[in-house]
Amino acid sequence: MAGVALGPAPPPGTLTVRPRRESVAAWPLVDRAWYGIAWLTGIGLCLTALSIVAIMLVKGVGYLNLADFTSPPAASLQQNQSGGFSDPIIGTLIVTVIGIVIAAPVGVAIAAWLAEYARPSWLARTVESAIEMLAGTPSVVLAIFGLAVLSQGYLGFLSQGAARGSLGESFFNAGIVMSLIALPLVVASTREGLFQLPDRLREASYALGKTRATTIRCVLLPAIRPSMASGIVLGMGRIIGDTAIITIVLGATLRNEPVNGVPVIGLLRGTGSTLTSYVFYNSPAGEGNSHEKAYAAAFVLLVIVLALNALVTRLTHGSGERGRALRLLRFLTGRV
Amino acid sequence: MPPPVRRIALDREPYVAPPRPRSQNGAAEAPAQRRSTARPPVSAVQERMRLENVWLAYGENWVVRDVTLPVRQGEVLALIGASGSGKTTLLRSLNRLTEITAGASRAGRILLDGTDIAELEVNDLRRRISMVFQQPNPFPMSIFDNVAYSLAEQAPPRGRRRRRTPEIEQAVTDALARAGLHDEVAGDLDRPALKLSGGQQQRLCIARALAARPEVLLLDEPCSALDPISTATIEELIVGLRESVAVVIVTHNLQQAFRVADHVAFMHLGELIEYGPSRQVFDRPLQQRTKDYISGAFG
Repeated sequence: MAGVALGPAPPPGTLTVRPRRESVAAWPLVDRAWYGIAWLTGIGLCLTALSIVAIMLVKGVGYLNLADFTSPPAASLQQNQSGGFSDPIIGTLIVTVIGIVIAAPVGVAIAAWLAEYARPSWLARTVESAIEMLAGTPSVVLAIFGLAVLSQGYLGFLSQGAARGSLGESFFNAGIVMSLIALPLVVASTREGLFQLPDRLREASYALGKTRATTIRCVLLPAIRPSMASGIVLGMGRIIGDTAIITIVLGATLRNEPVNGVPVIGLLRGTGSTLTSYVFYNSPAGEGNSHEKAYAAAFVLLVIVLALNALVTRLTHGSGERGRALRLLRFLTGRV
Repeated sequence: MPPPVRRIALDREPYVAPPRPRSQNGAAEAPAQRRSTARPPVSAVQERMRLENVWLAYGENWVVRDVTLPVRQGEVLALIGASGSGKTTLLRSLNRLTEITAGASRAGRILLDGTDIAELEVNDLRRRISMVFQQPNPFPMSIFDNVAYSLAEQAPPRGRRRRRTPEIEQAVTDALARAGLHDEVAGDLDRPALKLSGGQQQRLCIARALAARPEVLLLDEPCSALDPISTATIEELIVGLRESVAVVIVTHNLQQAFRVADHVAFMHLGELIEYGPSRQVFDRPLQQRTKDYISGAFG
């Protein structure tokens, strides 16, 4: 470390003892075998991860054009006339924002209740089970459920009215269902953060005559901003990566289709697609079947998710570079 | 096979420390020289709280039994005693902080200016009787926000930043000055409180407690995690504060109790053994158990 003065070394010729590494050769055969297997699996995992990134990089960058970011998809059998994926990128953004805007406050509130109140205890246990159930439910099941509920006629303002009931497919509805898959991650991360806080913080606040609610709002939640932020970022990653909900509740149309031409609300009530559904559409399994676009879009998707993962790592293991992480946090949360 | 037993020949007499020179009443010599903290006189001593036959329990375990004590403004009251004697529980019961522990119960009356504290609104009570803990526990926010947080008249912060009216700034500055911290941190009140040293953090906690304008200040071993220099600073501060607030301090450290306290209550296994002026308790304790504790026979 720079700036640290080194103390005097022992005089030359002094016998110094360094701890020697334990020799694996002395282990029993079974232990050595398991040791080897452990090494192999670890290396295998690294190779798999590396090859995913490498293949997507090679294929993706090769097929990626800057124009893809600005032009909407077009229906064409020729790959060079099938347009770009500006609409799916916008769609990903909208769904993620709607989903997380719902999941973040609700998740934080649930976590705060579970960690700080949790009375009566039977209700707390029920809420915990409900969160676990939500976390374990496949998103395609949530999507079907969401469509069943949201296509009720009186919820038509969220999508488009149909002959009987409503269409049920829109950015609004996809965001609402997406919030359900992000919710458990926000709850888990926030609750963990609250559990880690020492009780003396709470006592200090109570001893100043502050209510429990004030303590949570003004002391505890600000103190666990990194935990909340990482839960939110994980939730965003989950939303960005989901395909089933997009296909079923957003419609996965080729382009974003605003309703009635109303500027923002119309877009949100309309159907559209995201990068995941776009990749699926252009994969050999989909109707578009232009694999070049699929690779390019998948690469963009991978970069986004990797960037979010790096952000989580930075937020949760920020002790070494606390300053930078905190500055980032302040930037994200807009608070000092 | 059992290891061979090593036999130690008793070839010399075991070492016995020579008895300390003692004055006639059994206390250690020259008590007057131990009192190092300057003690400014107070204008008036006035009873603020009264504990009448207080019993405290966690579940079925009665950890404080039948304690009757006055708490006076203009005085520092020290609760001394061994670990597990119930001093901290007694202290925490004064602002009903024991109530956040599930299963805690109380019998007897604790009066604040003649009103039973059970009849007061609890958050109101805790603003009037505020507390400083063993471990410095500043909130993870700026120095300013730590103190501003406890201001009673402070509206809950809305928007992005805590609003800083001139009144709030003045109140924060006053509280920091009373805790003897203002000169050290005045340059940058926006610094994170956790960047301060341990002694400064503890004084910040005292400032935070004082900002609520309490009538009684409870201190639970406030110096046990601090170095001697910070301890001396805080002891001086405590003695200075007794003019404006009634101070109750729990301490393990007998020298500290002797230095700061006007009255001392010695507790043992939940019972109040002896209460009296500090000079009397330390120099001429009436009870044998007090005598034993003070001379280090147990504890």
